[in-house]
Amino acid sequence: MHIDPLEKKWIYIVLGMTALFLGGIFFTTFVFDIHPPSNVETIDSARLHLSEEFAEDNLGVKRQPDGTIKVIMVAGRYGFFPRRITLPADTPITFRWASIDVLHGVHMPMTNMSTMVVPGYVSEITTEFPKPGDYPMLCNEYCGLGHDFMWSKVTVEEKQAWMRRHPNFGGGES
Amino acid sequence: MTDTHTRQLSIWNFGVAFSAFLIAAFMGFYQVVERSGIFPALESAKVYFASVSSHGVLMAYVLTTFFIMGFGYYTAATALQRPIWKPVLAWAGFGLSLFGTVLAAIPLLTGKASVLYTFYPPIQASSLFYIGVALLVAGSWVWCVIMIVMTHQWQKENPGRPIPLAMFGTAANVFLWLWTSAGVGMEVLFQLIPWSLGWRDTVDPGLARTLFVWTLHPIVYFWLIPAYIAMYCFVPRAAGGYLFSDEMARFAFLGLLVFSLPIGFHHLYMDPEQAAGWKLLHGILTFMVAVPTLITGFTVFASLEIASRLNGGRGLLGWIGRLAWGNPMVLAAVLALLMLILGGFGGIVNASYALNAMVHNTAWVPGHFHLIFAGTTVIMYFAIAYHLWPRLTGKALCNNNLALIQLWTWFVGMTLLSTPWHVLGLLGQPRRISSVTYHSLLTLAWQPYELFMIMGGALLLGSAVLFGYILLKSLRNPSPQVDLEPNYADPIHPPRDMPAWVENMKIWNVIVAGFMLVSFGIPILQFFFLKTYDSVPWGY
Ligand SMILES: [Cu+2]
Repeated sequence: MHIDPLEKKWIYIVLGMTALFLGGIFFTTFVFDIHPPSNVETIDSARLHLSEEFAEDNLGVKRQPDGTIKVIMVAGRYGFFPRRITLPADTPITFRWASIDVLHGVHMPMTNMSTMVVPGYVSEITTEFPKPGDYPMLCNEYCGLGHDFMWSKVTVEEKQAWMRRHPNFGGGES
Repeated sequence: MTDTHTRQLSIWNFGVAFSAFLIAAFMGFYQVVERSGIFPALESAKVYFASVSSHGVLMAYVLTTFFIMGFGYYTAATALQRPIWKPVLAWAGFGLSLFGTVLAAIPLLTGKASVLYTFYPPIQASSLFYIGVALLVAGSWVWCVIMIVMTHQWQKENPGRPIPLAMFGTAANVFLWLWTSAGVGMEVLFQLIPWSLGWRDTVDPGLARTLFVWTLHPIVYFWLIPAYIAMYCFVPRAAGGYLFSDEMARFAFLGLLVFSLPIGFHHLYMDPEQAAGWKLLHGILTFMVAVPTLITGFTVFASLEIASRLNGGRGLLGWIGRLAWGNPMVLAAVLALLMLILGGFGGIVNASYALNAMVHNTAWVPGHFHLIFAGTTVIMYFAIAYHLWPRLTGKALCNNNLALIQLWTWFVGMTLLSTPWHVLGLLGQPRRISSVTYHSLLTLAWQPYELFMIMGGALLLGSAVLFGYILLKSLRNPSPQVDLEPNYADPIHPPRDMPAWVENMKIWNVIVAGFMLVSFGIPILQFFFLKTYDSVPWGY
């Protein structure tokens, strides 16, 4: 077998580069604990309205006793429910999603709030929004001919202002 | 000179492949125009998604499968220097694939299969669509059998000799394809067809998605390997030189076979039905597949440099000017590698475990894969067609300059199309929308890019039509092709004392099986021991 010395050097460079990229991934994964949304939790999409968590009355933004925020939302053709939510900036926010029908994807441009919503499974993702402003929350997975029209509006408010307006614990948004 | 069956099989397979390509090119142009929102009269979600579905299926399944079969028959016959084994069987496989394509085309074009090319259960297409796609794949398996038998027969008659490189790459691709198509094959056979025929009421979208991604990434290497075969086996000689390393080429093909299969989960990073650890494992393996690709880039550039220096090229970079730029095969290889480098960097972002959240399902993704597929892969398909068409039909290429113009316009068009796509993705524009309806300041920033995309699309359509014109015109060329011999490059060092395990495909298949068991075993089994809830069918 014949391996050119130049070729050998290049292979070392390639392996080094690959190791560097993987090192970066391991660092963010194990040091910062950053993972994609992966909670492998199943749910009966056809009976969401009868479930405790995703029943219609229960959807929306909830302030937890520990100061974090939980948002329970449902995706269905062609909208996210509730249609409008207001969230505080600089606060860890946990979204929990379920689909009532087909596959959807939810994404807020310019943020890393992104997850697929697969019927039969609950998607969960925790993130923070540093910049106040209005964001479209849009469906990014083809879900049918009305897919283009599937979006909600999220307003991210400065944290103090939001807290003043939502003093209660555990209640839904008015 | 090849025998009649080889030539006819290749010509007919190429004919179907490139007809599908031309139809799909028109659809692609329509899509960028519709999507831009500049022409309100064109806006129709129904037509748009039927078009996107057809474009995807025609380009990704029909063009590729038929092209690869046609190229494979040529490679097998010329590299192994033996006639096609059981030509009647080969024609039957061709017929089966063509019948499947027509069957799938009917619901696609009438809007009864607008489920895009990745199927998306529980949205349900007409059962004709799933059956058609299954038959297209089944036909290609016939081709696989013929390729394996021919390689095996050659090995038996030539004990101890290394398989000719072009056939070695083809054989690796055949095994890659058999492994690859098994995932979507199981999805279509056990889930989608029985479900669309009404034999079962529900389907598990989580399992369906997992089976689909089994196919989704390695299939890209199935499309890409013929391009690599041309880069290794045709480009060095077309450039006037020699292949830098035959041995490393073999390892690159084996690397693609082994590492491209167990890595599909980076398409599922944002999905809830698979756990983080499996995603990380697939992510690590995904980075490994960069290794054979980078080795290929090195070998091809080294071969080009050697050829240029043999022709008088001097200096650290001066040799670039002395490359055989007027040879379509050389030009295509350089342009393809440029797009592969850019597309490869995008791929690293997609494969990055956490970074993916930013670009997942945004316009970035079609930008990325158009660079790799429509750029790198298809541009090499053009070059192979220009190279083989005269050798198959016996008629010389009608005009070399037109071919060069066609390759350059394709490259410029693809750059104009995919650059805005990448930017739009970073700005958060989703892929797979037919119009922008979000009344938001953020989305206003998306608009200026649409114009560039229309220009890119127009240039690409022009280039595609020119390609079809050149092939058809060459068919009527009165001057015959003088050189009918296959044009395989000679390596600088012939492959000598290669260890036997390199050529032993059995070993490599066992290794792949082990990898697949680890990476897909439990992730698929979990659907049978978890309490899962199936989903009912939905229309589009
Ligand atoms: Cu949706």
